[in-house]
Amino acid sequence: MDIFKTNRRDFLKNTGHLIIGFNLFPFSSCSTTENEVSYNTYDGIPERAHINRDLIDSWIRLDAEGHLTVLTGKQELGQGIRTTLMQIAAEELDIEMEKCHIINGDTGQTANEGYTAGSNSVEGSGKAIREAAAEARDFLLNIIASNWNTEKSHLTVKNGVITGPNGQESSYWELLDGTYYEAKISGNAPIKSPKDHSLIGQAIPREDIKKLVKGEAHFVHDLRLPGMVHARVIHPPAYGAKLKNVDLQTVHEMPGVLKTIRDGSFLAVIATREFQAINAWQQLKESAEWELTEIKVLPKNLFEDLKQNAQAAQVIEDSPGIIQKINQSSKKHKATYLRPYHMHGSTGPSCAVAQWESGQLTVWSPTQGVYPLQATLSDLFDIEKENIRCIGMPGSGCYGHNGADDVSAEAALIAKHYPDAPVRLQWMREDEHMWEPYGSAMRIELQAGIDSQGLITTWDTHIWSDTHSTRPNGNAGHYISARHLENSFEFKKGGFSGGSYRNATPLYNISSKRLQLYNYDGPLRTSALRGLGAYGNIFALESFMDELANLADEDPIEFRKNNLDDPRAIAVLDKLAKETDYHNRIQQSNTGYGIAFAKYKNSAAYFAVLAEVEVHHEKKEFHLRRLTGVIDAGQCINPDGLINQTEGGMIQSASWTLLEEVRYDERGILSKDWNSYPILRTKQTPEVKVHVINRPEEKPLGAGEAAQGPVAAAIINALSSLLGKRVYKLPLREYFEV
Amino acid sequence: MALILKINGVEKVLDINPQEPLLYVLREEFGLNGSKFGCGLQQCGTCFVLADGEAMPTCLQPCQNFQEMDIITIEGLADGDKLHPLQESFFNEQAAQCGYCLNGMLIAGLALLKKNAKPNEDEIRIALDKVICRCGTHSRFIRAVKKASETHSKF
Repeated sequence: MDIFKTNRRDFLKNTGHLIIGFNLFPFSSCSTTENEVSYNTYDGIPERAHINRDLIDSWIRLDAEGHLTVLTGKQELGQGIRTTLMQIAAEELDIEMEKCHIINGDTGQTANEGYTAGSNSVEGSGKAIREAAAEARDFLLNIIASNWNTEKSHLTVKNGVITGPNGQESSYWELLDGTYYEAKISGNAPIKSPKDHSLIGQAIPREDIKKLVKGEAHFVHDLRLPGMVHARVIHPPAYGAKLKNVDLQTVHEMPGVLKTIRDGSFLAVIATREFQAINAWQQLKESAEWELTEIKVLPKNLFEDLKQNAQAAQVIEDSPGIIQKINQSSKKHKATYLRPYHMHGSTGPSCAVAQWESGQLTVWSPTQGVYPLQATLSDLFDIEKENIRCIGMPGSGCYGHNGADDVSAEAALIAKHYPDAPVRLQWMREDEHMWEPYGSAMRIELQAGIDSQGLITTWDTHIWSDTHSTRPNGNAGHYISARHLENSFEFKKGGFSGGSYRNATPLYNISSKRLQLYNYDGPLRTSALRGLGAYGNIFALESFMDELANLADEDPIEFRKNNLDDPRAIAVLDKLAKETDYHNRIQQSNTGYGIAFAKYKNSAAYFAVLAEVEVHHEKKEFHLRRLTGVIDAGQCINPDGLINQTEGGMIQSASWTLLEEVRYDERGILSKDWNSYPILRTKQTPEVKVHVINRPEEKPLGAGEAAQGPVAAAIINALSSLLGKRVYKLPLREYFEV
Repeated sequence: MALILKINGVEKVLDINPQEPLLYVLREEFGLNGSKFGCGLQQCGTCFVLADGEAMPTCLQPCQNFQEMDIITIEGLADGDKLHPLQESFFNEQAAQCGYCLNGMLIAGLALLKKNAKPNEDEIRIALDKVICRCGTHSRFIRAVKKASETHSKF
């Protein structure tokens, strides 16, 4: 199999551009043998570089053989985006799902859509694909209306077949008949009315799950290329450690070892078989001597240090005289909330394959952004981007910036020392646990005042946090191993992102609000973890809301509703109350109920949740029995996909909240595996139930991160009601650990 | 020394290091993908196979220990195009997000069903507890095993 058969430059030169249909090239057939399983570029269309976002065929291609191919710059991360985007395209074009295919991020083929992050894929890529599909349909209908001498309005389409007023029929593909058409997205093509939708809103199953249950090749981990060799990296034992000595000679004599690489403190090995590489990794790890740097800020004083050693306040939102106003309130309250460092903790350690051929680099990567990866590799190797191709492939779920980008860069660094052969690098478990960038620890202080009617009048927020984004967006210093090279790249944190105060501004009606952020350069490596600061901020905000409800002597749901205007926010709370029979719940002394609500980013999906916590054995053992959620993500493309994502977010957030905290001491990270960083397993998993409010007339809203923050607060609120006292610090291990 | 392994009914004579854990042999000699590297420490279940009916991790155990055992991987479950009832149930419940842990969940569930075709929910939770899932698909895995047990009596 040679996936580079088509020289894309020649192809572009020969074909000019922009077509929505073509059959110029025969299928590039991909033979797969047992030893050469696995990477299939979809064989229905030839590869062609992306040219321009305004062109229909940058997103949608109809070939002459009866297929629709969707192209997206977004990656499949287990969120089901492939099915969702195909549904959107198939709906606008009235084509059966069976005829649809999709190509995800590939710098050789797809649009640059940045990172697959922030719950933006449906709102961003989905919108572009919808418009391109509508435009393609309109374009084809115009042609056939003219051919049949009729009006567009007299045409109908079903299953890709256009029918005219006199019973004439032509499929899109018959109409195209191999002809090229150039067309741009004008933005004027009519978009289907939601009332005519037949695919959108349907729980179309993810076909890739059929492949997964059969164990078919799916992940970058499963990629096997001819002549592929296996590598391992020996990471330092701690941040900043310098390699002093290592015995390479012994390793060279080990079976299968092809090469060792030492460049400064970057140490790696290549072997024929994977297990040989692991043996060599073990040997190198044992013989390597490092000069260590101590971590200065330790867990016992972390939250004090956050406050003492952060930068000066950055005023995000101001309200002069707010403290005075709070003090004059009828009732006032103040509290401090703490969240620890959390791990992405991908089930499969990060993996990538890289190959250098004649100065050209190809990387098969589970990255969330193939173009940012390309740009950063260009910086790392000081070569033109055009000489680098990054092909996105599914990895183990990442939930943000995990080891995927680092492993891709390291595979490329290693492969450079072993040209022509594809080099597969997979991290070991401890590499992922110790070197991924964590979700930052945060300290959040809130103060508010309420009036005699139970309405919140003032709200003051102070957040201390390290950055929530150090994605390697063009700067090689963001790769850990680039910092370990002899000619090392410097890591420049480059400003703290808005991620720290995501969702910190309450959606509630409050006339006076102040929001101050104190950026903190903390002891551990941090970056984007699902929800960024929203997890900590909503945990604090929605815990605080319960305390205020208590102060106002009101029911937590009613208190929230009284302070909300947004009807959709009120609707998710009402539906939650109805679905859980909340107002008729039986008050049992061994069950605590807690609710929480947020509109993710204050601009995406609405989510409300009820947590039910049981207590046993004289109030010593707690159990999270059930989580019930209600989500409004606007127009719901695929309800089961939305429910699956939301259930997953709820269980994952429950795990962070109940159990998780990255442990470390002065010598480095102590959370090296699943015993030293336990996460929720099936025995402890709560029952989860998700209800969807579908709003077909509204635009679809990002939903993948909506549950993270509210679930934390709901659990705390339920637990606190049982304890009869508030809990302010995560995780809740002392209560929930089995 | 030649080593004989029987995987999904296919016997192969192999000339490999007998100390190499079965996982790498499955992937490199048999071209299989189902069993995956997750931790290399027998903590996560990603590398499970069914060995004489038991869910067993393969990331540390030398391949020679699996000689004369009947090894089934998830690739060996379907009968041509016809999915095994548990595979069918996982698909019907759409029990996957990223899918990396799916192998472990399926094998752990199958090992349970082979011994106890009508498990209660606690028994299912205990059986699947050995497998790490980070996407939070747990409730669907539990449901998929339960549904399969409701529609079939022999696995």
